[in-house]
Amino acid sequence: MSTTSETLYRNRRIKNAIALLLSGAAALFGLFWLVWILWTTLRTGISAMKPGLFTQMTPPPGSDGGLANALFGSLVMSVVAILIGAPIGVAAGTYLAEFARKRPLGEAIRFVNDILLSAPSIVLGLFVYTLVVHTTGHFSGWAGSLALALIVLPVVVRTTDEMLQLVPGQMREAALSLGVPQWKVTLQVLYRSALPGIVTGILLALARISGETAPLLFTALNNQYWTADMSQPMASVPVVIFQYAMSPYDSWHALAWAGAFVVTVFVLLMSLLSRAILLRNKARHD
Amino acid sequence: MSQAGAIPSTMTVAVGHANRRNTRDARADGCFRWIVAAAGLFVLIALLGAALSMLWGGREAFGTFGFGFLWSTDWDAVNHKFGAMVPIYGTLVTALIAMLIAVPVSFGIALFLTEVAPNWLRGPVAAAIELLAGIPSIIYGMWGLFVFVPVMGEYVTPWLNDHIGRIPGLGALFTGPPLGIGMLTAGIVLAIMVIPFISSVMREVFLTVPMRLKESAYALGSTTTEVVWDIVLPYTRSAVIGGVFLGLGRALGETMAVTFVLGNAHQLTASLLMPGNSIAATIANEFTEADSDIYRSSLVALGFLLFVVTFFVLAGAKWMLRRMARQEGEK
Repeated sequence: MSTTSETLYRNRRIKNAIALLLSGAAALFGLFWLVWILWTTLRTGISAMKPGLFTQMTPPPGSDGGLANALFGSLVMSVVAILIGAPIGVAAGTYLAEFARKRPLGEAIRFVNDILLSAPSIVLGLFVYTLVVHTTGHFSGWAGSLALALIVLPVVVRTTDEMLQLVPGQMREAALSLGVPQWKVTLQVLYRSALPGIVTGILLALARISGETAPLLFTALNNQYWTADMSQPMASVPVVIFQYAMSPYDSWHALAWAGAFVVTVFVLLMSLLSRAILLRNKARHD
Repeated sequence: MSQAGAIPSTMTVAVGHANRRNTRDARADGCFRWIVAAAGLFVLIALLGAALSMLWGGREAFGTFGFGFLWSTDWDAVNHKFGAMVPIYGTLVTALIAMLIAVPVSFGIALFLTEVAPNWLRGPVAAAIELLAGIPSIIYGMWGLFVFVPVMGEYVTPWLNDHIGRIPGLGALFTGPPLGIGMLTAGIVLAIMVIPFISSVMREVFLTVPMRLKESAYALGSTTTEVVWDIVLPYTRSAVIGGVFLGLGRALGETMAVTFVLGNAHQLTASLLMPGNSIAATIANEFTEADSDIYRSSLVALGFLLFVVTFFVLAGAKWMLRRMARQEGEK
């Protein structure tokens, strides 16, 4: 009797140990790819870095050059995308959190927003293509910005909604009881309180669009030359990386790695920065 | 009534001011409400517009090929014959491989981060895994093409050919030339991409399991594995499935990581070691080169199919996650 229960107990212990070991192995497995990918990008990227990267244009096959026009194009299109997407996103988030918290319409918008958040980005590119490029008849930086803005939008809506819901109800009541109109309460009390969270959302959106390739492929297309005219096709770092990495030329591969390095460092910095803002904000509230 | 005349004129002026200010505030509030409501509706319109515009753009393909578009394996730009079967097959197979790898691994990671790891290790490891989620997909694609594909071609494919390729039945899946690129490689790269998404959802829902439930089980002498299997998983089942669906939605629609390593070959093969194509990769590779209206329309129609499939997968994910949240609220 006691031997059976002891075997049973031992078997359960062994099963437990194996399962826990496997879970540790899974965590190691996950970290292993992270380290491998980051290490490759950093090592190959740093060796491909050179001062000309930021001053020279993207080269024709076989010759030497930099990524100046692509970096500029990415910067301009990302900033414009944020300028379009963030205000609409903040306003929509405000609607969800302040006016439609338990309403069916609010729930529907929240649902659609979450779908938009994980929708394939290439589909958004196709949408903007049929909407803008097809009707105007040519690829343009504006179309690229619009496609990126559609990616910014759901991220900002979600964070704004969540952050405004975290603002205590007493704050609204206190301000409203002083006779302050609701729009003023929202702009001057609620936004001020939720600002770190909203900024975090915008930074995360910026991190996300700075590496997006698929929606730019057939909206902004690419441009071998420097252009500040957004009604022209515009180069961007991810699209140039895509084009150069798929090419057979070694010098283009090196440039692609340098671009990948710049994008990765930027994205990591953005996510660290947003994390730091959130942590500081949390520490201040506790 | 007669008292009205006794009110000093300065006071009526003040009341008039207040009234005017009240109407002005009310009007501004109304305006503000309309502006934010319009922005909210814009989100709805954006998704609806995306669906409709792609249906409109793909109408020529749907009209020309009819339902045959779905299962035709043709992809002939010269004779203008297009079918969606090959990209659909590639999308489903790569996503399936990705989920087969990613789901158990993500579960292990979530288990490790909530039950096994010492407290000081949990935060940093969780943060590192989430960093993996932030890396742009094009970096995964490049890494896959330049680093992972040679490894697959040189070591993994020959090994699979020699060992698993000989098994009858199953072997057909793992026989092929040592190219490195192909469905299996794409599936693995996708798995690496979706692991952070799935594991972070799982970790979050595992943390919502009430402590007293777990403590009761431990007090009865359960091992950690038994607690996770019999208490944590049943409690979080719908949210775990939701997390898996969320990962599946990502895997189906992922473009850049797959485009680099899939090989862009329009062929239907049983072998996972052969190059293939997926919906997103086909669109990314060929859209700017499409030289006829029917070609472009077929690509947009592919995009519409992808959109519909991911919509239902993501909607399923949302529904499952919400069920868990509601259950949580009732407690």
